[in-house]
Amino acid sequence: MSTDRSGRLPDAFRTPGSSSFVDFLTGHAPEMLPSHRDTGAGAAGAQLAPHATTIVALTFDDGAQSGVVMAGDRRATMGSMIAHREIEKVFPADEYSAVGIAGTAGIAVELVRLFQLELEHYEKIEGTLLSLDGKANRLSTMIRQNLGLALQGLAVVPLFAGYDLDRGAGRIFSYDVTGGRYEERDHHSVGSGSVFARGSLKKLWRPGLDEAGAVRTALEALFDAADDDSATGGPDTVRQIWPVVATVTSAGYRRVDDDTLGRVADQVVAARGDDARRAGSHRRSGEEPS
Amino acid sequence: MSMPFYVSPEQLMKDRADFARKGIARGRSVVVIQYADGIAFATQNPSRALHKISEIYDRIAFAAVGKYNEFENLRVAGVRYADLRGYSYDRSDVNARGLANAYAQTLGTVFTTESKPLEVELVVAEVGESAAQDQIYRLSYDGSVADEQGFVVMGGEAERLGRALGERWEPGLGLADVLRLAVTTLGAGGAAPTASAGDQQDGNAPSEEARIPASQLEVAVLDRTRPRRAFRRLTGPVLDELLSAE
Repeated sequence: MSTDRSGRLPDAFRTPGSSSFVDFLTGHAPEMLPSHRDTGAGAAGAQLAPHATTIVALTFDDGAQSGVVMAGDRRATMGSMIAHREIEKVFPADEYSAVGIAGTAGIAVELVRLFQLELEHYEKIEGTLLSLDGKANRLSTMIRQNLGLALQGLAVVPLFAGYDLDRGAGRIFSYDVTGGRYEERDHHSVGSGSVFARGSLKKLWRPGLDEAGAVRTALEALFDAADDDSATGGPDTVRQIWPVVATVTSAGYRRVDDDTLGRVADQVVAARGDDARRAGSHRRSGEEPS
Repeated sequence: MSMPFYVSPEQLMKDRADFARKGIARGRSVVVIQYADGIAFATQNPSRALHKISEIYDRIAFAAVGKYNEFENLRVAGVRYADLRGYSYDRSDVNARGLANAYAQTLGTVFTTESKPLEVELVVAEVGESAAQDQIYRLSYDGSVADEQGFVVMGGEAERLGRALGERWEPGLGLADVLRLAVTTLGAGGAAPTASAGDQQDGNAPSEEARIPASQLEVAVLDRTRPRRAFRRLTGPVLDELLSAE
């Protein structure tokens, strides 16, 4: 596969032209593409394959530093079962962008791997980075190729966010299963808990957030999603499993470490707990909450 | 029907080898040199866009001399080979040895079967966990492979420059030291024609005049201390500082 029978590099490798790895794979080894699966008819896949759920992303700009935060919970579900407790759904796409995935986990993870490789391949062949819009469009093309599987219930819906080096700001792109690409303003979320996360983001996001504030807001949004959506996992204080949170700024992609996340998650849980206890004591004493 | 003149296989191969060697010797030299934290690459190349040194994979880099279109073609093939292999197995399963073999087969086949050999000479290098695990493969136009230790000089006057470099290189040097050594070696290559033109200067002991300015240099390193992608180009102020440090 990598070399032909005589050990030489096959002719396809030496054909000049494309700097896209996906295009090369389509010509040389199409069976390795995630979209090239023969699944037969029917939509049973939706029940059989684990699903990855909620992803949130929001921009921040406190004057000194601007960028984008992306966070994803750690749960994968299969029907009403929890298939995995610590799946990771937020990945670095390259140095200046992050991609989060919701939908059929297996295909989504494979797609992310291919997307990462696509960006790196371009960078190595061309000697320069793709523009942020260019990266967003490449992802769009890859999602479009997956449409056949999406119609059989194996949909993948990514969320793409990155730091635009030309504009000096964080930007967020959302997608639909047909490969439609939409630029989002300020914040967005995808996945089964996205409705609740989006409501939370609407109330908590504000202009001028700093990086730490944006990380906290992302965790609050995931907490709200987990509160109302059974497929989204909340912070797991028993096993010390926290959401994957990444920031992308002019300094590049950085994953927020577990110690920081544990601390912020504890604060969020404590604040919510305080509110719940106060409300409870008011109810018991029959007073109006002040 | 006219019969072609008989040419003995020995003569045929010799002619081809001479042809390829002549093409390669016309180009400017590339120095590949090991230092404590990795492998450094340097060449005189005024172009900022047409590279002779490039990244192939996480820990693997490529350097070439000869015809640009021919080695660029091989470079792209190498990147595709490495990326496809890493995608179908794992990133840790891509190594310089496999790539060097594929290049060797390709170069060898072209040399014997096609009308014109490739006028290129390549180095495929990979940094390991320690200097002892570093690998440097040198590939010639006819597909022969050499596993080199320490340093390689390719291109015009490769032998003379290699000898000069060998006298001064030792294992465990720092980056600034090997870069200065590499640049002086490259400068000595440029100084030789001046010496033959009447100047009394000795080509093996280059003076400051032979020092190539940083803007004319293409320099890159495979730095084993970097987390995943070890390849990094050194340009502008970083390079100036390294070259001027004493």
